[in-house]
Amino acid sequence: MSRRFWVYIEQEDGKVHPVAWELLGVARKLADQVGEDAVVEGILVGHNMDEAAQEALHYGAETVYVLDHPTFKNYLNKPYTSALRFLVQKHNPEVFLVGATTLGRDLAGAVATSLKTGLTADTTHLAMGEIKEDTKKLLLATRPAFGGNVIATIVCRNHSPQMATVRPRVFNPAPRTDEAKGQIVHETMEITPDMINAEIVEFITNAAATVKLEYADIIVSGGRGLGGPKGFELIKELADALGGVVGSSRACVDAGWIKYDHQVGQTGKTVRPKLYVAAGISGAIQHKVGMQESDFILAINRDPHAPIFDVATMGIVGDLYEVIPALIKEIKARKEA
Amino acid sequence: MKYFESLKVTEEVTVFHALVSIKQVPDTTNIRIDPETNNLIRQGVPTILNPYDAHAVAAAVEWKRKLGGKVTIITMGPPAATTSLRECIEMGADRAILISARQFAGADTLATSYVLAEVIKEIHSKDPIDLVFFGKQAIDGDTAQVGPGVAVRMDLPVVSYAIKIHEVNLEQRYVIMERKTESRNEIIKAALPAAMTCEKEIAEIPYASLPDLVNALRYEPEVWTAESPIVFDVPQLGLKGSPTTVFKTGTPERHTAGEIFKVAEVDLDSVVKTALDRILAVEGMAAMVGVKK
Repeated sequence: MSRRFWVYIEQEDGKVHPVAWELLGVARKLADQVGEDAVVEGILVGHNMDEAAQEALHYGAETVYVLDHPTFKNYLNKPYTSALRFLVQKHNPEVFLVGATTLGRDLAGAVATSLKTGLTADTTHLAMGEIKEDTKKLLLATRPAFGGNVIATIVCRNHSPQMATVRPRVFNPAPRTDEAKGQIVHETMEITPDMINAEIVEFITNAAATVKLEYADIIVSGGRGLGGPKGFELIKELADALGGVVGSSRACVDAGWIKYDHQVGQTGKTVRPKLYVAAGISGAIQHKVGMQESDFILAINRDPHAPIFDVATMGIVGDLYEVIPALIKEIKARKEA
Repeated sequence: MKYFESLKVTEEVTVFHALVSIKQVPDTTNIRIDPETNNLIRQGVPTILNPYDAHAVAAAVEWKRKLGGKVTIITMGPPAATTSLRECIEMGADRAILISARQFAGADTLATSYVLAEVIKEIHSKDPIDLVFFGKQAIDGDTAQVGPGVAVRMDLPVVSYAIKIHEVNLEQRYVIMERKTESRNEIIKAALPAAMTCEKEIAEIPYASLPDLVNALRYEPEVWTAESPIVFDVPQLGLKGSPTTVFKTGTPERHTAGEIFKVAEVDLDSVVKTALDRILAVEGMAAMVGVKK
């Protein structure tokens, strides 16, 4: 029997979350580490899923199992948990990866519990490897813990499947091929009334959700050094000039200068942009764990001893009210050049 | 949906009973790593009520005050967790239970959800619960798995990342909550009893009233063990009952600090030009910003 490496293809209204393609990429690498009998398969639950299933094949799924039913039109914990438990019990995957998104974390926690198996949350590194006396390769799931102060590698030795949620934007997406080689398998399961214990009454477009800090490539964040809520106007101006979004340290959120949706850090969003500008942010550990994986960090602070400089790619010691307007002017000049 | 139309309408007078599951956690700001052994230095690290749990307690108390009723707090942890339980009493909770025994130690999220679910079932059997609150996640483990896990074990509807409770209807047995997903907010109607995991927006932390403060000072939580009042299935407890184990730990790669420019020493114009040159050198950046390289 094949060793199945499963990827949950998260979707909303048929639109697949990009983390699914990242998971197909990493699942391929894991499968290659155990040998030829390993297969990478996608799991899709929803309604009208044909297009999404086809896409998953283009991203390298060898098989996509689809549970397509009106009950699954919108995500709710119980019907989706029932669906995944049904599929796992039928096909027995060895490894099951789910995106560590708001939806994925809710779903994976419930699925693992209902299957009485182990789940490692929010992983940032994955490999298949042997541990001590075990000859069979296990999923070595590595994740940060204790506010990013420690990284721990966690294994699930005697339970199946070995499950992990995987942080978005950590792994590169699988390459999309023009040809879709794999197959789509339509599954059916009995939908019982007890599977429905909640309903969605209404959707509200959340203006703050469009901030999408966790998926932004450019973030400009302000901290206490702004001196007041008006400082965020300048932050916004720089963010606009760069084509980025506005972030904040916790201090400004607590002070009521800006909404919680903008908060970067341990009790806010974990971000991983290509560029992170930290202006007037001292750099408490809770802030740093939320942004230190950014590709380029520019820190602007008056205090040369501010801890933010420890993680900065480049630091500018100076008054942000002088530095930022100069930066904006220079960006505008280059755009016109 | 038919399911809700079929919900039974009770004639009895109902009293709101909220249960909040909390965790006392190390204040992760103060954690340091021993550079030689790579071990966590826990000594002297203060412990706090998990921040999300504090907001969950605040929400439960807020609805108790609206509807009348009571709030029960549970936590699994060492006797020192009494401090956090007292903090919940200060905030207006009525009853607190410490679930503490050596057998519980080393539990992962599966073993933890087993214990909590059994405890909640036991409380529910004597004193029916309407809503079970959890914080979104604990700041030490950051897994966000225990809430949904308990809900599955108890077969309760669960709403994760809840930011608002719109309505609790004890007569028609439903709750309307709002949750935040990555792309939108959803208003969800769920049958009672229901579970939720809370974002900070769920409620502001209230100032403690004097009677609650006094009450908390003297409060001694009930202590539940592995044998009493529930006889737990030992193989499902603690390290033994945990499918996941820590294989190894390490410290994250340390970042090396980059070059620092002092505006007072170099002129502002050149610092800004250097910064922008370096930023635009990042792959793909020039195109994103809309500048020719």
